[in-house]
Amino acid sequence: MSRALQFSLHLLARDWRAGELRVLVIALVIAVASVTAVGFATDRVQQALREQGNELLGADLVILSDQAPPQYTARAQQFNLQYAATMSFASMALTGDVSQLAEVKAVSENYPLRGRLRIAPQLFGAEHSVRTIPAPGTVWVDARLLQQLKLNTGDTLMLGAARFTVAALLTHEPDRGGDMFSIAPRLLMNLNDVPATGLVQTGSRIRYRLLIAGEPGGVRQFRAGMENSLQPGERLETVQDARPEVRSALERAERFLGLAALVSVLLAGAAVATAARRYSVRHLDTCAILRCLGAPQAFISQSFFYQMLWLGALAGLLGCGAGYAAHGLFTDLLGRLIAAPLPPPSLRPALSGFATGLVTLLGFALPPLLALKNVPALRVLRRELGAPVRGISAYLAGIALLGALMIWQAGDFKLGAYIVAGALGALTVLACTAWLLVRGLARLRTRVGVAWRFGLSNIARRPAGSVTQILAFGVGIMALLLLTLVRADLLASWQQRLPDDAPNRFIINIQPEQLPALGDFFARQEMPAPEFYPMVRGRLVSINDKSVSAADYKDERAAHLVEREFNLSWMERLPEDNQIIAGEWWPEDADVNLLSVEDGIAATLGIKPGDTLSYNIAGETFTGHVTSLRKVDWDSFHVNFFVIATPHLLKDYPASYITSFYLPEQRQTLLGALVKSFPNLTIIDVAAIMTQVRAIIERVTLAVQYVFGFTLLAGFVVLYAALQATRDERLQDTALLRTLGASRRQLVAGFAAEFLLLGALAGLVAAFAASVLGYLLAERLLHLPYIFNAWVWLSGLLAGGTGVTLAGVMGMLPATRHPPLAVLRAG
Amino acid sequence: MSLQPIVQVQGLGKQVSGPEGELTLLRDINFSVTPGEACAILGASGSGKTTLLGLLAGLDVPSGGRVLLDGHDLFALDEDGRAALRGCMIGFVFQTFQLLPSLTALENVMLPLELAGQPAQQARAQAGDVLARAGLAPRLRHYPRQLSGGEQQRVAIARAFAPRPKLLLADEPTGNLDQATGARIIDLLFELNRERGSTLIMVTHDEALAQRCGRRLKLDAGRLVA
Repeated sequence: MSRALQFSLHLLARDWRAGELRVLVIALVIAVASVTAVGFATDRVQQALREQGNELLGADLVILSDQAPPQYTARAQQFNLQYAATMSFASMALTGDVSQLAEVKAVSENYPLRGRLRIAPQLFGAEHSVRTIPAPGTVWVDARLLQQLKLNTGDTLMLGAARFTVAALLTHEPDRGGDMFSIAPRLLMNLNDVPATGLVQTGSRIRYRLLIAGEPGGVRQFRAGMENSLQPGERLETVQDARPEVRSALERAERFLGLAALVSVLLAGAAVATAARRYSVRHLDTCAILRCLGAPQAFISQSFFYQMLWLGALAGLLGCGAGYAAHGLFTDLLGRLIAAPLPPPSLRPALSGFATGLVTLLGFALPPLLALKNVPALRVLRRELGAPVRGISAYLAGIALLGALMIWQAGDFKLGAYIVAGALGALTVLACTAWLLVRGLARLRTRVGVAWRFGLSNIARRPAGSVTQILAFGVGIMALLLLTLVRADLLASWQQRLPDDAPNRFIINIQPEQLPALGDFFARQEMPAPEFYPMVRGRLVSINDKSVSAADYKDERAAHLVEREFNLSWMERLPEDNQIIAGEWWPEDADVNLLSVEDGIAATLGIKPGDTLSYNIAGETFTGHVTSLRKVDWDSFHVNFFVIATPHLLKDYPASYITSFYLPEQRQTLLGALVKSFPNLTIIDVAAIMTQVRAIIERVTLAVQYVFGFTLLAGFVVLYAALQATRDERLQDTALLRTLGASRRQLVAGFAAEFLLLGALAGLVAAFAASVLGYLLAERLLHLPYIFNAWVWLSGLLAGGTGVTLAGVMGMLPATRHPPLAVLRAG
Repeated sequence: MSLQPIVQVQGLGKQVSGPEGELTLLRDINFSVTPGEACAILGASGSGKTTLLGLLAGLDVPSGGRVLLDGHDLFALDEDGRAALRGCMIGFVFQTFQLLPSLTALENVMLPLELAGQPAQQARAQAGDVLARAGLAPRLRHYPRQLSGGEQQRVAIARAFAPRPKLLLADEPTGNLDQATGARIIDLLFELNRERGSTLIMVTHDEALAQRCGRRLKLDAGRLVA
């Protein structure tokens, strides 16, 4: 073993016993744990996607269409492949007076081709796998629908114009997402029963799937032939790209949670830098003696480098263990993306966590340690020589490495660079704010009592350390304030903006001939007459005679918009809550082909007034000129459209109608009567969807809170590191104060004053940052009026003040117990 | 027979720039020391004793002049070269002991031997012998903080003599010890110096201690006056 390696082990053992390395290890363990906890969770879901791709697809290959059932069964037979067809749509299920929106899936024989359905005879009954589908005249429903309709298996329900017996409870469907994406409970029925329901009508929004499975060779050949023969509106989904919605949600979660976890890494870096600095100061003499005894510079550098490697490896292992133990917090969220059991994680998250730990350690600890080789040997005679260089420049490498990690985690250079620049900018602003506060406080020294003066002077004496601690706690507290108070404020602001009688129900699939009867129904129920809007479904095929396809757009949303059918409407007058922001609305009775486009979608797809758009409606193409862009208030829950045409252009196309209305709480039974009279209508309960969305937001928030829990922990480690770093000075101070007659109570009061001020400053900075972010989110992103909340400031002050005081005073208590003489002699 | 001097100091000078301009710490120092001599450097505080000792060991670089150690021009070497020369030629004893707190007494004494490339086994045996000679056989596995001041200085002396250096430099070796302990330490220092035939150069302001050395050099305001 090389001498440096051996010496590094000596150093490690001794420093470990002396507790000098504890802060470094704790900081790194938190950094690695926060990164790996997120990593293990996303990795398991990714692996489930990869390993169970065909089960999650229910097939080896799926052709999707939103226009008509894909007609490729003959081709499948030609390659000796199995196939099954499915139709999915939303519809009302009704029993007695209770109605409930359901996600209906009608399936043919053989479904699913991969994986198995599981059913139970009744609620809480034992589930078992089946190879069959619901027999004609029967349906299988999930527990949610059973409970909402207050049904038992064996009871009947109405779906459209047909009555079905609930034959079983559906417990597992291989190709269904977890409950993350479903807005309504599931109803599974036989494809052959669909015509009897009368639910497939003009304007019905239906998703058709053709599932294909068989020998890999056959599937490959089938697929090769398919690539060029897909019809407009058809899309191929394979095992590799199965469940794009799950993948993109997972990718976003991974990016976002990963970036949030890096905040802890950043704070850990600050703690590591602080601890390593103290460590290097305490090893100046060792290095001087080594130089004096003839050790070459390389020996010193190598010894410390090896020691850091040992430490990094140890902290990496512990951190991965802690991350694994904590990753359940996130699988609870991410596991809901798919309904499959999650396989154990791979080594990849552990490796990247390990690497993150090492990068943090080497980036922030090595600069002061490597500088030790330059300690002059003369220091053995002159103690004042060889003080380490101060300044942030030594940590530029660490900061750059962390920046690189952020860009890598963001998965996109430009986005990553923006985030890094934003983070640096925000930190600079906060650091300046904290510095000004520290400076301002120092002026109060002459006006306060002895304990406060002692506290204030300690803060002012180490401005850089104080600012670092304020920032570290500030960031942690800010994250928690944002996630709790500011989030609640935004939600409240949004809810307040809605008038009490804002529409809370949408009705879709209304056929033109039903309009008079539906109007009468509302009149009989003494409800205000709702306004009906015509709706035609069409696909955008070209802009200015240039054909468009999903591949033309990099933006995910734009590609998605081009791929799917739009709801188009026609109107004489501009809807009241719409606002023209470019061009002009058409005069009444205009007999020309004109269009008005919502400004958001226009920006996404690059449409401006004067452009010509062509749409395909059921095989027929029409063209119109864009004369205006509209701003639409989607939050009003009034019916709104991306694209509105002159009546002249669209009124001869087959249309269905849509409306929204306000249903008071006590009139819920009206829905049962409505569905009974018009079984084909689909009623969407905005409140129920909002509840669902809110539940998802809560879960996401919880996961983000867990990540920032690590950040807060890292904040405490920064405080601990700072306490350690100033321990010798503080011991000296307390010894001197004790000698001058200070009681232990006075000493504790002095420390308490210092930490209370530090914590309060961190709370102030946090409240400031959270309020600014809340304001930007409200005014710029969500277009909501910002509500000033004094609680944000109070909670910030309180949380910072109490948290830091408790931690700080506890950390300093042992110092007050040291006999003063021992300290003064040693100094 | 005249021996070749082990230390030759020629025209050595040291200036530093301070807030009040150039400050001369040492001016035109010339002397040589022959092997086996025991030489005391005397002087009041600020007379330049420690600066001179630092230059003799190559711990600092002079503003002018040179130091030849056993014929090697110390300042023609780079920092690592001087460290290597120190490792094989010079032993140190300091006022503040300067033991590594992370190593036991035995490991502290082994360190210079191992740095010079000796196998651990041999270094251990040799270090054990010197420590036993210094009266510390029962204390081999103790850490510096577990030893008294006198014991720590004995470890430091053992460390200084273990590699059998030709030259031993001591900086106020009894400055941090009481009189009785100091006297015992000085006895040990002189005994070992005699036994091992090394040359001793000791900085002190203690006249009585200086009397025990065969030769005395006196510094005053950076000049050699006797």
